[in-house]
Amino acid sequence: MMPPTAMPQTLAPPDAGHDEPLLEGPLLSVRGLSTCFATADGVLRAIEAIDLDVMRGECLGVVGESGSGKSVTFASVMGLIKPPGKITAGSVRLDGVELTQLSAVALRRLRGRQIAMTLQDALTALNPVLTIETQLCEVIRAHDDDVARLPRPQRARAARGRAVEMMALVGIPSPRQRLGDYPHQFSGGMRQRIMMAIALACRPRLLIADEPTTALDVTVQAQVLELIAEQRARWGMSVVLITHDLAVVAERCDRIVVMYAGQVVETGRTADVIADPRHPYTRGLLASIPRADDPSLPIRPIQGTVPSLIDPPAQCRFYARCERREAACLAAIPVMSFGDGRSARCLFAEA
Amino acid sequence: MRPALLTVRGLVKHYEMRRSISERLLGRPHRRVHAVNDVSFEIWRGETLGLIGESGCGKSTLGRTVLRLHEPTAGAIEFDGVDVTALQPAALTRLRARMQIVFQDPYASLNPRKSVREIVALPLAIQGLADAAQREEQVGTMLGRVGLREDQFERYPHQFSGGQRQRIGIARALVTRPDLVVCDEPVSALDVSIKAQILELLSELKKDLGLTYLFISHDIATLGYLADRIAVMYLGEIVETGPARDVMRAPRHPYTQALMSAVPRVDASSRRQRIILKGELPSPINPPSGCKFHTRCPSAMPRCATQAPAAVAMNADGSHQASCFLYTDLQASDPSGEDECKR
Repeated sequence: MMPPTAMPQTLAPPDAGHDEPLLEGPLLSVRGLSTCFATADGVLRAIEAIDLDVMRGECLGVVGESGSGKSVTFASVMGLIKPPGKITAGSVRLDGVELTQLSAVALRRLRGRQIAMTLQDALTALNPVLTIETQLCEVIRAHDDDVARLPRPQRARAARGRAVEMMALVGIPSPRQRLGDYPHQFSGGMRQRIMMAIALACRPRLLIADEPTTALDVTVQAQVLELIAEQRARWGMSVVLITHDLAVVAERCDRIVVMYAGQVVETGRTADVIADPRHPYTRGLLASIPRADDPSLPIRPIQGTVPSLIDPPAQCRFYARCERREAACLAAIPVMSFGDGRSARCLFAEA
Repeated sequence: MRPALLTVRGLVKHYEMRRSISERLLGRPHRRVHAVNDVSFEIWRGETLGLIGESGCGKSTLGRTVLRLHEPTAGAIEFDGVDVTALQPAALTRLRARMQIVFQDPYASLNPRKSVREIVALPLAIQGLADAAQREEQVGTMLGRVGLREDQFERYPHQFSGGQRQRIGIARALVTRPDLVVCDEPVSALDVSIKAQILELLSELKKDLGLTYLFISHDIATLGYLADRIAVMYLGEIVETGPARDVMRAPRHPYTQALMSAVPRVDASSRRQRIILKGELPSPINPPSGCKFHTRCPSAMPRCATQAPAAVAMNADGSHQASCFLYTDLQASDPSGEDECKR
């Protein structure tokens, strides 16, 4: 047993570890980001010219279906794209620092401390042959300056102390006993919490949560989302919530980015977008989900399927499924901005 | 009252776990997974009964046991006047033409080595329902009905997307013209816009072919949209049943209340105070005594730990029932139970 005083001071305010002054403007700014993958059938343009900002302390919801490019966008932000994938254009700035130009070493220093990401499938994201202690302490030793500053003999103990503390923080019962367990000994919800503990261990300024609750039951989903909200309030952390569930975004996010077929098609404050969606895809998405708040609302599916992203034509990518299409939509569609931070990639967005 | 197409009484399904070597050497008894415990319900002809519950609550086991894909441990299943539990294999096979199932995973439930036409023709061949020419025609009609083009009939499952595969699974279930279809999470694996297409297809087919659905899902919003009545399962037992609207809007069992409060809602004004359940689902190998929910229930009373509550009527016609001691005493004083419980 370790005396409680041996634990590092981890509950300090969020800025204690960051000496640089806070800059104005968004925490994360993505401009013109394009990533493609070479496949046997041709070049797959997974995302094209993505623009988005994450403000300080905000929760941004990124909504889209499989293949819309939401995960690829943030894998690109994290520098996780490996061949045959390649970032072909664009910039990613975190607090003014250009991430796409950073060396692998510099990027690694940034991950964990500044940005952390949790993945959808907690069972495959965690290493099945290592204990939770090993996986959690590895992150803490690699990224936590408080622990790294300690003389070597004390580091392991301090890291373990932090690990126990993080497990307790994310709501795992008897954390000290369970630290030695392996991932398969936890339930799905608990594994998602452990990933959250690993991601939050070094108090990142930006947490990217990729489908954190997709595989979970609603009552567990509520617990995990509550946990993210608590930690966000506590550290003033910014959160990107990647999900296909509009209801989750409606409840939890300040702003929303809707993606379709590798492009951002609509952005705005969540309440505005939900109340008055301007892109036909956003409208279609809202009309196609059964609503727990009003089960009597009829659902109207969006007909057709997502187009192939191998050499897509320049036209509007929603063209084939759109109810409002016109001849003008067969040209490249610019993003139309119309006040209140809202924009949509549709010629008729302002109408 | 409408005639019941399916009546289930006291259905129990326990699985014996394999014993480890040490357990066998020590002569320990098999441990049992209590997947379904004393479940009773009926499905009226032409309705959709939604069966809701979280992972591991036994809802899929219940759906399969009803079709006798799993042998029940105890209890009675009556389908259109026929005692399903007593049927010999040949008679059971014949009956299966009238009770079919659509599976959750459109990737695992289709044979990868058979063409779509062969997959959908197989139930007809097994049933011996038609000669080859008629079979061909019925398969073509059904595949067209679920939205496949004729030039796709000779293709193999891997050439289709998840949504299209689910259409094939639906065609296979419906080709024998069943009365009852068990839909076991048929849209859970699908993307939002595709899910809506399949839901729309399922409701159209129900109307056109006069089907009855047992629709199993963990997605409350989907069931609210599709189901006429909802049954809520927790740890192998049905804790609440009632008209979908009532169960969604005014849930009575504390578990249903927590479940409904946890559902994210698009419309901010309809959100409720969230009831965050403590702890995790107990193991069905060693379920709690008394009311199975008492270990996590915010309103648990001392007797909940020792006695199992019976179903209590929540409205005058008894169509809405909850198994909870909160209402048993109320019922004694006020048969409607309605006003006092609303608080």
